[in-house]
This record gives sequence, C-alpha cells and structure tokens, in this order.
Amino acid sequence: MAASLTPAEILNSSDERRVGATPLVTLTLRIRRFNPQVSEEPWWDEFTIQVDPYERLVEALHQVKWHHDGTLTFRRSCAHGICGSDAMVINGRNALACKILVKDVAPKVTIEPIRGLAVLKDLIVDMEPFFDGYRAVLPYLVNDEETERERVQTPQERERYDDTTKCILCAACTTSCPIFWSDETYIGPAAIVNAHRFIFDSRDRAPRERLGILSEKTGVFRCRTTFNCTDACPRGIEVTKAIQEVKRAVLFDRP
Amino acid sequence: MSTTAEARPEAPLPHGKPVGAGRGRPVGRFELWAWLFMRISGLVLLFLAVGHVLIMHVFEEGVDRVDFAFIQLRWASLFWKTWDWLMLVLALLHGVNGLRMILLDYVRPGGARRAINGFFVILGAALMALGTIIVVTFDPSKWPMS
Repeated sequence: MAASLTPAEILNSSDERRVGATPLVTLTLRIRRFNPQVSEEPWWDEFTIQVDPYERLVEALHQVKWHHDGTLTFRRSCAHGICGSDAMVINGRNALACKILVKDVAPKVTIEPIRGLAVLKDLIVDMEPFFDGYRAVLPYLVNDEETERERVQTPQERERYDDTTKCILCAACTTSCPIFWSDETYIGPAAIVNAHRFIFDSRDRAPRERLGILSEKTGVFRCRTTFNCTDACPRGIEVTKAIQEVKRAVLFDRP
Repeated sequence: MSTTAEARPEAPLPHGKPVGAGRGRPVGRFELWAWLFMRISGLVLLFLAVGHVLIMHVFEEGVDRVDFAFIQLRWASLFWKTWDWLMLVLALLHGVNGLRMILLDYVRPGGARRAINGFFVILGAALMALGTIIVVTFDPSKWPMS
C-alpha cells in the first residue's frame, strides 16, 4: 500500500509551488495616495519591490507598508477573499487585493481607492453611504409566525436565492456602477443583491416591503444594465441577473 | 404572559408599519410604469418611426412628393391621423422621460434638477397640445393654399 501523503507534502510536491522555490519578481506598485493632513490634493507614489510571483497583491501592499512606507493605509482583515475589506481599483478594475496574484499583474500595477465614495485616507473610503443602502432593504429574515420547529425549505426553494447568499459586502459592485458614481442616493447593486437574498426566500414574510423600497426613485429602476457589477463581483455573483429578477418581481408584484 | 400567536403583538418593521401592510396596493409606483413605458413605447416607436421614414422619404419619389396636397390626402384617413398622433405622443413622452433619467444621472438633487425637469415637462406638454390640436382640427378647406 502506498504511503499516504500529508497535506503539506501534497502542497510541496510541485517544484514550482514550493515556498521559496520560485524566483522573486520585480513589481512596481503605482498607488494613488491621499492624506488631508499632508495635502488637499491626492498624489501618486511608486514603490518597486521584490516579491514572490505566487503571493497575492495584498502581501505586496503589506511589504510596502511594513518595509518602505508605514503611512500607506488600506483595509484588510482576513486576506483570503471572505471578509470583503480590501476591495480596490486594480489596473482600472474593481477587485479584492487578496484574490489577485502578483504574477498576473507584474511588472507594474496601478492601485486606486474604489470610486463613488469619499476617500478618507489613501485606499480607505467612507463606506457609510454604501451601508445606508444595505440597511434600507431590511437585510434580515422577517417572520414572526409561531413555530414549534425549524422553518423547513425544499432544496429547490433554497436554490432560488443561493447565488445572492454569497455576497461579502466588499462594495466592488456598487462602486463599479456608473449610476452610483453620479448619484450616491442610488441604493446600489450590493443592496439589491442582499434584498434579493430575502425576497426570494420562502420563509420570509416581508418581500413586498422590500419590493416597495426598491421600486422608489432610488431603487432598481435606476439600473441601466451596464453589467459592471457582474464583472466586478469577486464572488462571481450574477449581480445584474439578480437586479433584473427584482425588477420582474416588482412588475408582477410577487417574488 | 401568553405565548399564543393571537396574543403576540405584531413586530413592526423599521418604518413603523406592520408586516404585510398595504397589501392589495400594487408595489410598483411611478418609476415602474415609467420604466415599462420606455420599453413598450420604444418597441412601438421602432415600428411607427421606421414606417414613417420609409413612407415619407424612401418609397416612390421620396421626400420630393411631400407637399400640402400629399398631407391633405394622407390625413383624410383616420388611420394615418392616428399613426401620426400616436407617434407624436409616444415620442414626446419617451423623450421627456429619457431626459428626466439623464438629469437624475447628471444633476444633483435640488432646485436646479427640479427647474430643468419642470422646463422639459412644460415644453413636452405644450408641444403635445399643439400637435394634438393640429392633428384633431386639421381641415384643408380652411387653409388658403388649397
């Protein structure tokens, strides 16, 4: 019988992937900076570093912050594509810095804060208008019916809103939307995705309240289906499709 | 304290109304109908406007045959009057609503947005009234040219 390999042995079985086995590459990071205590105007800084091509871009930003310029400011938490903290404009497109590999952007990468929200410092923006939209759609299960047991659901009923449960509220979709750039009162793709998650949940009892909120002037009918949101979503949610399903639910007055 | 469903007060939503309030009233309001109108009028206008261009500018001698006599002959039929009036109404509403959407995109909420919006609504209403009067009251015998 063949000896079973430990996970670490499997990971290190490929020469290319072995930590330290790949030669470092040179990466130039061109970063849009802003610090109201230093200057009223934003400016660009460039840092050239040596980094493992299989590292993620967020590690390159760490290297800059920890070894070159401690004033560089950006949000990150889990650094594994789940917390949704490090959405930024990378080479002109919204993405999570922790889901982009250095090898895919080397030798030079441009990094800017996400658009449409006020920049507080460097890559940190004021997320409050974004969360205002999220809070407006009642993003929680509403059901006050008495029950002796758990509220059961068929696999088909669960499947109906499966895609929109994946949202991590990183704001990559909402800040890629040209309607949101021009008018921050637009509720935005992320809020609609989170409304979709409950509107199409068979256990929920408030879909009409959400549909009413989303059919206001700031709601789904501002969407011009440019598909920027679908392209931007790091979780692969079909955002525009979800928005169109909500439009249809408003039109026919039922989920 | 009772735990039956009847005795339990209904938990209000953040806006203070109980769940399911306003049932029977349609969810979609003006923005839904404006959105739906743009799609339907767009499709109808595609047919009406392309037909209009072909009839007035392409078929036979094209635009060269269009004169007062031609219009008189055409508007003797209720069908063509209805066609032209429908095109007028749909194109104006479609255009004014399109401008409203562009304003929502480019002008910040406030007085300027309301003023520009109001201007287009009044202009649209005036043009629609003028066009409707002409289509409805058109009588070739009252025109000196005939």
